[in-house]
Amino acid sequence: MAEFLQFFFSGLTVGAVYALVALGFTLIYNASEVINFAQGEFVMLGGMGTVFLALAGVPLPLAALVAVIIAVAVGVALHRLAIEPAGDAGVVNLIIITIGASIFLRGVAQVVFDKRFHSLPHLFGAEPLRIGGAAILPQSLVVLAGAAIIVFLLWLFIDRTLVGKAVIATAANRLAARLVGINTSRVVGLSFAVSAAIGALAGILITPLTLTSYDVGTLLALKGFAAAMLGGIGSPMGAVLGGLLLGMLEAFSAGYLSSSYKEAVAFLVILGVLLAMPNGLLGRAKVERV
Amino acid sequence: MIVRLAMRYRLAPVALVAAIVILLPLLFPSAYYYRVGALVFIFAFAAVGLNLLMGFAGQVSLGHAGFLGVGAYAVAIGPAYLGIPSWFGIVAGAVLSALIAFVVGRPILRLKGHYLAVATLGFGVLIAIVLSNEAGWTGGPDGMSVSRLVLFGWRVSGADTWYWVAAVTLLTGMVLAYNLIGSPTGRALRAIHDSEVAARVLGVEIARKKLTIFVISAVYASVAGSYLALFNGHITPDVAGFLRSVELVAMVVLGGMGSIAGSVVGAAVLVVLPQTFTALHDYEHLALGLVIMAFMIFLRQGIVPAMVQWRTT
Repeated sequence: MAEFLQFFFSGLTVGAVYALVALGFTLIYNASEVINFAQGEFVMLGGMGTVFLALAGVPLPLAALVAVIIAVAVGVALHRLAIEPAGDAGVVNLIIITIGASIFLRGVAQVVFDKRFHSLPHLFGAEPLRIGGAAILPQSLVVLAGAAIIVFLLWLFIDRTLVGKAVIATAANRLAARLVGINTSRVVGLSFAVSAAIGALAGILITPLTLTSYDVGTLLALKGFAAAMLGGIGSPMGAVLGGLLLGMLEAFSAGYLSSSYKEAVAFLVILGVLLAMPNGLLGRAKVERV
Repeated sequence: MIVRLAMRYRLAPVALVAAIVILLPLLFPSAYYYRVGALVFIFAFAAVGLNLLMGFAGQVSLGHAGFLGVGAYAVAIGPAYLGIPSWFGIVAGAVLSALIAFVVGRPILRLKGHYLAVATLGFGVLIAIVLSNEAGWTGGPDGMSVSRLVLFGWRVSGADTWYWVAAVTLLTGMVLAYNLIGSPTGRALRAIHDSEVAARVLGVEIARKKLTIFVISAVYASVAGSYLALFNGHITPDVAGFLRSVELVAMVVLGGMGSIAGSVVGAAVLVVLPQTFTALHDYEHLALGLVIMAFMIFLRQGIVPAMVQWRTT
């Protein structure tokens, strides 16, 4: 039982980060139908930015804030300079553009930062708490609480503000949204900014536990994308659910089966789910107009 | 007559590539250039196969490097552990890839758009994980060495030899691809690409056609993987990795989806660029990312279709 709890909590912690990355994918996809493979780089920018600002003597909270702002600026620039000029290029073109952007950002990071692993101090110390025989680091709870707060704030923003309603309208029908006077380009830009902020925050939260380096983004983008698809692309709740499930799957298969095959198990399950439910767990079937 | 025949089978691009292949070595100052040339041809071969799937059937695969891996490890493991000759390893790898594609493709190709992308991605990642974890057979993440190819007592080694072997294979692959496009299957595929519903209404067996082309493109990738392993003499699981898959897709899109000659150009760009960028050391990735983005933004339809359009207007 203690073992089970241990795997459960580590899965939940990693899953929370996957969920945040998947949420970033979903936000941008809903506003623009772009799958942004540079999503993982926002996580890297958050973590690495905070580390290097802190090394330069900036107090930690301020360093974190500046790192998030940097990531947001990069997200907005990505939209303005790469996605918008591409206009109505095909889906695959846009995917390649964002992959190009992620290679570029990694290239910049290895020049501006360095190629080593870095960590951040734990927010409430590194003394594990004992819960039901399992050792849980306070930082795990910080990650979970942080993720929950981010999801809640995002829901408030989308559901309770006028700008949020514009986002929903754009996601539902871009042309119709433009007709009622919504600046859809601004909405897409906003979705890039918010996704970048969420990614950067995830990076700052998880860095004390998993370390960070210039190239952590690739794997996170892969997992985040998989999680978003598992949940059903376009559904924010699906993204959160998919992320948590993916984290759990990895943790339990690493614990009970084999740590080197944990990702294989995760992807096998994703394949299985998609074959049974071709639109993900919470996704809706797309009706094709003929 | 010959011109008409060439036009009918659309062999003009093949003739052009053949001419370039023959003339290029006149400009080569060292063996290194043969090496890069051979790599271009090998990757172009894989890209041509993937283009059949992406450009003509309209199906994305983000896991095609998985088949590169199958082909590569078939010529590595076959001779080393099973005592089969290398050339048979190429055949065995291709057959195995076709089988895997047939079994996996049947359910996966029912998915659409991004769901198909993530499913193929997952499939590719699975193969890469198996290759790096079954260290007893594959040498794990460090990879394993590959014995040289021997054909009828002729030992194929050296960059210049491989240049010609890979070139002939690529040209053959291009001719086969053009042939396929001109066949009823090719026409059915283009119908699927334009509108699946319309194709189905016209009686095209969509699932079967998609599966056929998936299997064919897997064989192309597998053969390319075998060549890559035999040419380099060493292979690591990176050959099957996600980034390799992305690279293959980028070659197809960069050159122009639905343009066979475009895939050759796309492969040339993405193989040669990183070679020249190594001079930039730390700035290599930065430059590569910028170039990929710029190509995709300014040459949306891909290099070759853009050139054709520019010439006709």
